Amino acid sequence: MTAQDSPTRSLQLTEEGQLRHFLTLDGLNRALLTDILDTADSFIEVGERSIKKVPLLRGRTVVNLFFESSTRTRSTFELAAKRLSADVLNLDINTSATSKGESLSDTLLNLEAMASDMFVVRHSQSGAPHFIAESVTPGVAIINAGDGRHAHPTQAMLDMLTIRQHKGRFEGLKVAIVGDVLHSRVARSQIRALQELGVAQVRVIAPATLLPRDVEALGCRVEYDMARGMKDLDVVIMLRLQKERMEGALLPSEREFYRLYGLNQEKLGLADPECIVMHPGPINRGVEIESAVADGPQSVILDQVTNGIAIRMAVMSMAMGGQMADRNRQSAERNAL
Amino acid sequence: MTQMPDVEQLLKQMEADLRSVLERRGVTEPVVIGIRTGGVWLAEQLNQRLGLSAPLGELDISFYRDDFSRIGLNPKVTPSSLPFDTEGRHIVLVDDVMMSGRTIRAAMNEIFDYGRPASIILATLVDLGARELPIQPDVTGQTLSLSPNQRVKLRGPDPLTIELREFQ
Repeated sequence: MTAQDSPTRSLQLTEEGQLRHFLTLDGLNRALLTDILDTADSFIEVGERSIKKVPLLRGRTVVNLFFESSTRTRSTFELAAKRLSADVLNLDINTSATSKGESLSDTLLNLEAMASDMFVVRHSQSGAPHFIAESVTPGVAIINAGDGRHAHPTQAMLDMLTIRQHKGRFEGLKVAIVGDVLHSRVARSQIRALQELGVAQVRVIAPATLLPRDVEALGCRVEYDMARGMKDLDVVIMLRLQKERMEGALLPSEREFYRLYGLNQEKLGLADPECIVMHPGPINRGVEIESAVADGPQSVILDQVTNGIAIRMAVMSMAMGGQMADRNRQSAERNAL
Repeated sequence: MTQMPDVEQLLKQMEADLRSVLERRGVTEPVVIGIRTGGVWLAEQLNQRLGLSAPLGELDISFYRDDFSRIGLNPKVTPSSLPFDTEGRHIVLVDDVMMSGRTIRAAMNEIFDYGRPASIILATLVDLGARELPIQPDVTGQTLSLSPNQRVKLRGPDPLTIELREFQ
């Protein structure tokens, strides 16, 4: 079985190849990824108008279902849904019904009974959005806002949009992902997207303790030495040290990590002079990245935040559109019988 | 078979009619906005012929279509570009083929999200007169009467020609 006909693909794409859910980048081809980037490009312009709204999701209800706290991701999803004119319900599930013993299935049934059209799901367990997509009523779209160590596809896509914006292309680029790859759900999605979009080389730069065991199988060049890894780079993506996810001592010390893998001007000087610096935030200044670099001319970190809204608008409207087209096709087929 | 009109002739007529409408309304410095794709080609021509100095606006109405709930999002959407302030301005909105009026409704909704214009003058190359909404052009190149299985499409940008398509 290829990725193109995997169960995930058939779950998240309609028969016509339109998005129905947005769970993972696995199984999505270059054409569809490019469509998402192109659509997001158009939404960037909406954010620059005096009225930053379009009517695409008017009358639709989007529920932000966050089983794990996240201020930035949740606010960009909320803003994206509001700019599409949707009604938004934010549920911090830790303080809601599930903490009173209600099962996930019952919570979902209740939300569906409120005529919700889309769930944006963040969960500490890998596969949770996938499970919800399988069990939810047809017509309701599920967007993965990060699940366990598995995937964070909208973050990966906003990174791709930022790279395309600044480099104009993917072909021929050398891109490195640096730091806590082991605990990063976005790294896997980034590697998948970069390779599908045709970059020349993806490198991961990290201490062995912060790399997943199967990292080489992902087709990346692995570097344990930052100076070697930074050479000729076009893009460097720094990851946040996810201290809250670390079980046991994986690092000698933050100071030692910064000395070896923190990005400062000197190490950045080894890369291509036009190399852009990215970070998903929130930044641990002086741990992953020096302030002068984070705020410097090669940093595109704030562009990533702006692009995050546009990418989320794109996947929300494309998934909702796919669901509606699907429903109309099915009802036309029923009528024809 | 229906004879397709010559675009150059229609543009001449549209230019003259537009001058007359602008004069009648006392509009001296309008801005021209074309609806992609055909409307932009025509707007470029009219902007030039009217000798207007303001840059051209381009609208992609994909985010404002009222058939999103039936067919989903147009995958070929490109950003709209209005390189001027629309607030209080007189706008000439240009499209190639006018049929139901839904595209113009979407375009006007989008324009108002940039600001409140003083007025909008609508110019269309061809009017097929199959209106579903109470929207009428101020300037029309030609009104065509087609049979239900016929549609027209503007081909361009150089040369601009009108193509007749027939469906079975």
